[in-house]
Amino acid sequence: MEHLRTPKVENVHLLDRSSGQRRASVGTLYLSATHSIFVEDNPETRKETWVLHSMVNSVEMPSNSPAGSQLILRCKDFRVLQILIPQERDCLDIHASLVRLSRPEKYSELYCLSFNPNVNKEEREESWSFIDLMSDYRRMGVPNNLWVMTAANSEYRVCDTYPSELFVPKSAAPTIITGSSRFRSRGRFPVLSYFHQDTLAAVCRCSQPLSGFSGRCQEDEMMLQAVMRSNPGSDFIYVVDTRPKLNAMANRAAGKGYENEDHYTNIKLQFIGIENIHVMRSSQQKIIDVGEMRSPSMTDFLWGLENSGWLKHIKAILDAGVFIARAVADEGISVLVHCSDGWDRTTQACSVASLLLDPYYRTIRGLMVLIEKDWISFGHKFSHRYAHLDGDPKEVSPVMDQFLECVWQLSEQFPCAFEFNERFLLTIHTHVYSCQYGTFLGNSQRERKELRLPERTHSVWSQLWKDRVDFRNPLFKADLSQSQRVLRPNTTPYCFKMWKGLYSHIDKSMPPCQSPADFLSAMREESQQLEEELTNHQEVPPGGAAHHHPGSRQEDSGADRAANRVGED
Amino acid sequence: MAVHVQNKRKLFLDSYHQTNRAQRSREREAVAFIFSGEGGEVICSRRLDHRTIQIFDRQLMELSEHIKTANVEDAVLRQPLHPAARGTLCVTGHHLLFSDREESSPQHFLLLLRNIDAIEKRMSGSSGTITIKCKDLCVLQLDIPGMEQCLNIARSIETLSCLENVSEMYPFFYRPSDQSLKDQWGLSSTEKHYSQMTDLHDRWRVSSVNRDYSVCPTYPQAVIVPKDINDEMLVKAAKFRHGGRFPVLCYYHRKNGMVIMRSSQPLTGANRKRCREDELLLQAVIDGSDKGYIIDTRSSQQAQQARMTGGGFESKSCYSCWKRLHRQVERGKALQESLIKLVEACGNDSHNMDRWLSKLENSKWLSHVQTALSTAGLLAECVERDGHSVLVHCSEGTDSTLLISTVAQLIMDPCCRTLEGFLALLEREWVQAGHPFQKRCAHSAYSHARLQQESPVFLLLLDCVWQLLHQFPLALGFSEALLLRLATEAYASSYGTFLCNSDKERCVSRVKEKTLCLFQALLRPKERRCYANPLYERTELAIWPSVHPQSLQLWRGYFLRWTQQARHLEEAQEEIRNMVILWEKMALT
Repeated sequence: MEHLRTPKVENVHLLDRSSGQRRASVGTLYLSATHSIFVEDNPETRKETWVLHSMVNSVEMPSNSPAGSQLILRCKDFRVLQILIPQERDCLDIHASLVRLSRPEKYSELYCLSFNPNVNKEEREESWSFIDLMSDYRRMGVPNNLWVMTAANSEYRVCDTYPSELFVPKSAAPTIITGSSRFRSRGRFPVLSYFHQDTLAAVCRCSQPLSGFSGRCQEDEMMLQAVMRSNPGSDFIYVVDTRPKLNAMANRAAGKGYENEDHYTNIKLQFIGIENIHVMRSSQQKIIDVGEMRSPSMTDFLWGLENSGWLKHIKAILDAGVFIARAVADEGISVLVHCSDGWDRTTQACSVASLLLDPYYRTIRGLMVLIEKDWISFGHKFSHRYAHLDGDPKEVSPVMDQFLECVWQLSEQFPCAFEFNERFLLTIHTHVYSCQYGTFLGNSQRERKELRLPERTHSVWSQLWKDRVDFRNPLFKADLSQSQRVLRPNTTPYCFKMWKGLYSHIDKSMPPCQSPADFLSAMREESQQLEEELTNHQEVPPGGAAHHHPGSRQEDSGADRAANRVGED
Repeated sequence: MAVHVQNKRKLFLDSYHQTNRAQRSREREAVAFIFSGEGGEVICSRRLDHRTIQIFDRQLMELSEHIKTANVEDAVLRQPLHPAARGTLCVTGHHLLFSDREESSPQHFLLLLRNIDAIEKRMSGSSGTITIKCKDLCVLQLDIPGMEQCLNIARSIETLSCLENVSEMYPFFYRPSDQSLKDQWGLSSTEKHYSQMTDLHDRWRVSSVNRDYSVCPTYPQAVIVPKDINDEMLVKAAKFRHGGRFPVLCYYHRKNGMVIMRSSQPLTGANRKRCREDELLLQAVIDGSDKGYIIDTRSSQQAQQARMTGGGFESKSCYSCWKRLHRQVERGKALQESLIKLVEACGNDSHNMDRWLSKLENSKWLSHVQTALSTAGLLAECVERDGHSVLVHCSEGTDSTLLISTVAQLIMDPCCRTLEGFLALLEREWVQAGHPFQKRCAHSAYSHARLQQESPVFLLLLDCVWQLLHQFPLALGFSEALLLRLATEAYASSYGTFLCNSDKERCVSRVKEKTLCLFQALLRPKERRCYANPLYERTELAIWPSVHPQSLQLWRGYFLRWTQQARHLEEAQEEIRNMVILWEKMALT
């Protein structure tokens, strides 16, 4: 609380364009330890706007206007709030407080450690066991006579950014594992990410080899042989280097690089060309700017879109996923995926491939499992990438944003193939940044254990599961062809669109009553209710239920969403 | 609410399984129709044989001289989203007919020759390949054995796909057994339209000054004008307007009594000529209220330049109560070139993202959509929000004028947003109002022919309507499928609706007696099922479209119609339809 100099300012103007506001509303601004809260003066509405401090990306103080001092809050979900404060002194205080509060320096300052939803200890513990990765591995059929669990990393000694439980080829002896890990960046040796039961081919992941120009490692070569042998009947594997070839070659000068096809027999090397986190960071800034343009011409807009390069990057990630999925499903060939450290681009490529290969990951629970597996357990550096703590800005990059966008682009192409809707993706996006739950905190499984997060925080997954009604895609139908088996998306550039739901907060002109999804959800829900009523009571009052139109329900939900909060459920 | 539910039930209950089949069965019927003579008797529906073709062709002696090779065995047809098929190809006076060799379930493919925009032939050895690019943007390929046969077929297609003589065109021969020439042609008339709007009877009248098309050759016989203006004055006003298109009423806004008028440019010329009657006519329109707006869909510079060639604009001094606004809405050649560029960009899968986005930008098509929608929004704002009457015109008043007034009516008037209402609107504002369909839709994006008067203004309208549908999925009573069908029919049709350039020409060619009406056909129950919007909920409110670039999208359903992507979206539409049906069943039990 020591950072709160002025906890309350009256007569403040707030303009939140993202909620469709065109004129500023007047009210009182409160600053708490966790939120900025704006309460409208209008006695009829008393509308509240909550902004979690950890959702604030930047606080700007442009030059003063005659009416007072301005603050511009840019949030991590790309909302922009403009605040006008009558007294300059108040404004300076608020600015200083927000700058400090939005950049916590220690994990202990984070919201998830004080966030206390009304649940008891058992429920909290249950929330952490809601997603069980081992059962997902069992679901995909491992362990089996090809893939086994290794205890090599149970104490995080071989690789401190990997989980303790890992699956490796049955023929990979412990000495091969440790040998291979020494030859791989950060010790991230080849392990199983997804096993495709239909073809027995697997998606494996690792980091780049420390080969330099001529280095080689017998154990690592044997490891790749073992991966190939774990796919009976195949005589080679693909090694997918998700980096542009030039970057991979440059890495050789630093003693890293990529697999030399002369040393590794039976591999086919494939470069995909996903750019690094720095390119992505600046590209995203450009597309955010495009989303904020007030009234651009069509030319300005399309030029901005092209110039940002964003969709090109999204396409590259999707292309990587498509390549892997095709190799595994169509050719029956196992794929080993890596980039440099194997926790950003590799994670994106593997998870997109799994999503294409396995319809389970296209369900609400399945997507949670996929993120828990490929992202959280395999040491994607959430706290660094999403700036949970004040730290090196060069570590920050929208890696997860891009994955969620890939899922969204796919859902636009296959409207019936996903059980969840856009709101689900946006909510996950918010919580990756919000620090309200412990799920995405830290940079590795080991770090999370050390922080004792399961004892001190709550997991977001069970909360999302409780709210799953809001996240359901009414068009999802498991028996449609596009919902089954392998998705084969078209990645021609014309199939990509700007993700308006995430990046455009200017133009929300469509009234909620014009949303087909809400209409259909309400309708589907009502059909189910009616069906239940019918089975429960054979006699329904004639016409009683038919008078209720789904529209009335959907207005309620629209009003709920209008409750104007950032980072809050 | 119960009534509403019942209506919906009526619409959809039986369509559960039929919707999907409708398209296929239409194609099958078409195969049957082609062999039916004037009497409507189906000669052969399934199997093709040489004699049948000849019988059919005898009715088209003039055309059969263009057919040197009527039948080709062992041809291969490649069409998007289908495996290649081997079978028999026939050329008739108006169709390409392909039937594959599958004995168990023979498939027929029928293509209206009029739909062919361009062909490319390539010879290799003794066989040849003809690539057929259609006006509905489909691209097909035919492999034909025998060089001479191939050349003959190509020549026939080239000649028969662009017949000039209206009375030789297919609608004059199309006689399906379930429709008759005695059926009503058209949905409404000026008189009927007028009689439905009782509110305006004390100030407006129907004039038949144009009964013999002598005052304005592109207007219908009857038009609605202010009561105070007699026919003599109309004749004089018409002489002062380009092509005789004097200001007439096209829309009456019931909520506040304001109107939309449309016309062509005034012929003020370089010496600022005036016309007392034209000024009085416009004065009579705003009678009582303080002012009106003129929306000129040219830039003010273009309007100034038009004076040099005898055209012009309404000057402030002569029309003191009218405020002129200029909004440049592209039409003519520029629009055609825009379409060509866009289609070229969409047809090339090998572009990378940067190249695609820059090609999309460079085509300017979405900019044209944006301008059209925002200008229509401006017009609707003047009428609905500010409460003023508006006159809209460009130069000829047959293109962007109609586009803007149509979209504005959709924005404001819920009656135009039903399936019938929309078709009636198109009939009124495009067919009767004299949009020169035959000239504008002679060719589409693929043609190598030198551009004459082609311009996809009607397609731009459909795109604008699609944007409305996309932004307000519940507010329109018709579906994307209807817009796609109309886009196809405008360029090549079995029906007479889009033939000719004006009411007068249709009268001369006796289109209304000798062809069938598309709009009537679309309203038949089984067609209606495909074209109604299952999510439709009538709203009385105006639907204000967002014209922000992020809100406007490429009309994938049309421009990427022949890709796999469109199939997935169709599947989703089907799913929505099924859900609505299921819900209604539940709600009713």
